[in-house]
Amino acid sequence: MDSEVTPVHAEITLLVNGTEHRLRVDTRASLLDTLREDLGLTGSKKGCDHGQCGACTVLLDGRRANACLALAVAHDGAEVVTVEGLARDGRLSALQEAFIEQDGFQCGYCTPGQLCSATAVLDEAERGWPSAVTEDLRGDPVLDDDEIRERMSGNLCRCGAYTGIVKAVGEAARKTQAEEAKA
Amino acid sequence: MRPFAYERAATADDALRLHEDGAYYLGGGTNLVDLMRLGVEEPARLVDVSRLPYGEIELRPDGSLLIGAAVGNSDLAADRTVRESQPMLAQAVLAGASGQIRNLATVGGNLLQRTRCSYFQDADKPCNKRDPGSGCPARDGDNHNLAILGHSEACVATHPSDMAVALAALDASVHVRGRGGERTIPIGDLHRLPGNDPQRDTVLESGDLITAVEVPPLDIPSRYRKVRERASFAFALVSIAAALDVEGGTVRDVRIALGGVAHKPWRARRAEEALRGAPAIGEEFQRAAEAELDLAEPLRDNAYKVPLARNLIVRTLTELGEQS
Ligand SMILES: Cc1cc2nc3c(=O)[nH]c(=O)nc-3n(C[C@H](O)[C@H](O)[C@H](O)COP(=O)(O)OP(=O)(O)OC[C@H]3O[C@@H](n4cnc5c(N)ncnc54)[C@H](O)[C@@H]3O)c2cc1C
Ligand code: SF4
Ligand code: FES
Ligand code: FES
Repeated sequence: MDSEVTPVHAEITLLVNGTEHRLRVDTRASLLDTLREDLGLTGSKKGCDHGQCGACTVLLDGRRANACLALAVAHDGAEVVTVEGLARDGRLSALQEAFIEQDGFQCGYCTPGQLCSATAVLDEAERGWPSAVTEDLRGDPVLDDDEIRERMSGNLCRCGAYTGIVKAVGEAARKTQAEEAKA
Repeated sequence: MRPFAYERAATADDALRLHEDGAYYLGGGTNLVDLMRLGVEEPARLVDVSRLPYGEIELRPDGSLLIGAAVGNSDLAADRTVRESQPMLAQAVLAGASGQIRNLATVGGNLLQRTRCSYFQDADKPCNKRDPGSGCPARDGDNHNLAILGHSEACVATHPSDMAVALAALDASVHVRGRGGERTIPIGDLHRLPGNDPQRDTVLESGDLITAVEVPPLDIPSRYRKVRERASFAFALVSIAAALDVEGGTVRDVRIALGGVAHKPWRARRAEEALRGAPAIGEEFQRAAEAELDLAEPLRDNAYKVPLARNLIVRTLTELGEQS
């Protein structure tokens, strides 16, 4: 066979939603295709395959990332959380509850990416990360609607469920803060 | 996508050794993997440099910052020292891409990301940058978002990085490790104008590894502002990184760099010269902006960028003057 078209494979380990997987992947495989095709985790969606829509967003070593732009081989040893791993012990996360309560989706295609992205948005805000609309970069940002819109701008929704998404993320942020204040 | 070998480099020496003809360094992959999927880049081997020990941001005693090439774009923008000492740099990084892309993207990869010219990204179209000598369909085609300054007959593309525009205004320099050892390149000399060989975005040679970016201190009011087709998550039509120091109503120091207008971050030296020592008033800002934009050669569909750039300069300097 022409060496130009002979695939190259590599052995990698991924910890996905708490379970370790040893996999043999084509070096060309994206993390997204690996999750969907090799592990059967089809929650993460392929909207564009170019980083433009956010439907493939997962948590990669605790941070949100576009699984379509990540090569699986480059993330050997990584810990991945997909939408399938957001609920704990059969209980939806506060954010997932809020998406239901606030009508944060219509067809649901973008929702797994929205949920993973928003989970990270809450975490980033807690760590004091600024965004492009944060006026005072020296202070700690507060997640108001403008901040949420800007931070969620990497996730497109063709159904235009944005109003509900912004409300849901805001509600989850308030709930998480209230719970922390109690604890 | 063409099959490729993958290697993870542990040290810079390792990276240089693994880099051979047809190899590419891999940062976060947010640009390279995309271009490979489009058939625009076809590396035979990827040498992953994202885990090299260049992941730190150091504030040095003289107030300068040394930013490792493997630092994530998110980490750079979130860093408290960067936000305190060079807020304009944090603003520029935050103005680019999305939260999830910035998490993957590295400083080195951001500097070397390739143009978003739609013909360059379409492997079925001619393009002098991708396929030297094949022609430039953008010149008479879809050029609404391409260059107004410093372009050539061969190529009218723009450099898409926001971060690089702030670094240009800050007089940053880039630390490079190559086959011949280490060297430091002023950011203004890293990216090239297209001339007759637009296939070369930068002055780097094959195998050159970016290890760090050095940002000298600048303690005057500054800001990054970006105009785009939607409120967020889009490349710049025109952007500006500006800093202004006013004393007794007179401009003492000024820095202006423009994004989205040329094949490299465009340092507006003419405007700066016109302003140094001049009264810090709107008419002078306007005059300086016009002096710079006299150099512009807009294409059929991007003449709007000339008044846009002018207005951005005037408005941003006016605001900075009020803070000075
Ligand atoms: C949908 C989308 C929207 C975007 N919007 C914006 C935007 O608005 N503004 C903006 O500025 N950017 C934007 N970007 C681009 C993004 O910022 C870049 O893709 C990213 O910064 C590249 O970094 P990386 O580490 O992923 O680079 P990679 O893709 O890994 O590499 C890019 C290039 O740099 C080379 N390279 C990487 N590291 C080194 C090194 N240390 N030494 C030598 N060579 C190296 C690689 O070989 C490759 O040629 C966008 C990208 C996408 C996909
Ligand atoms: S402008 Fe440059 S990148 Fe775009 S088609 Fe012409 S040569 Fe290619
Ligand atoms: S599928 Fe990854 S961003 Fe669209
Ligand atoms: S709910 Fe249909 S795309 Fe977002």
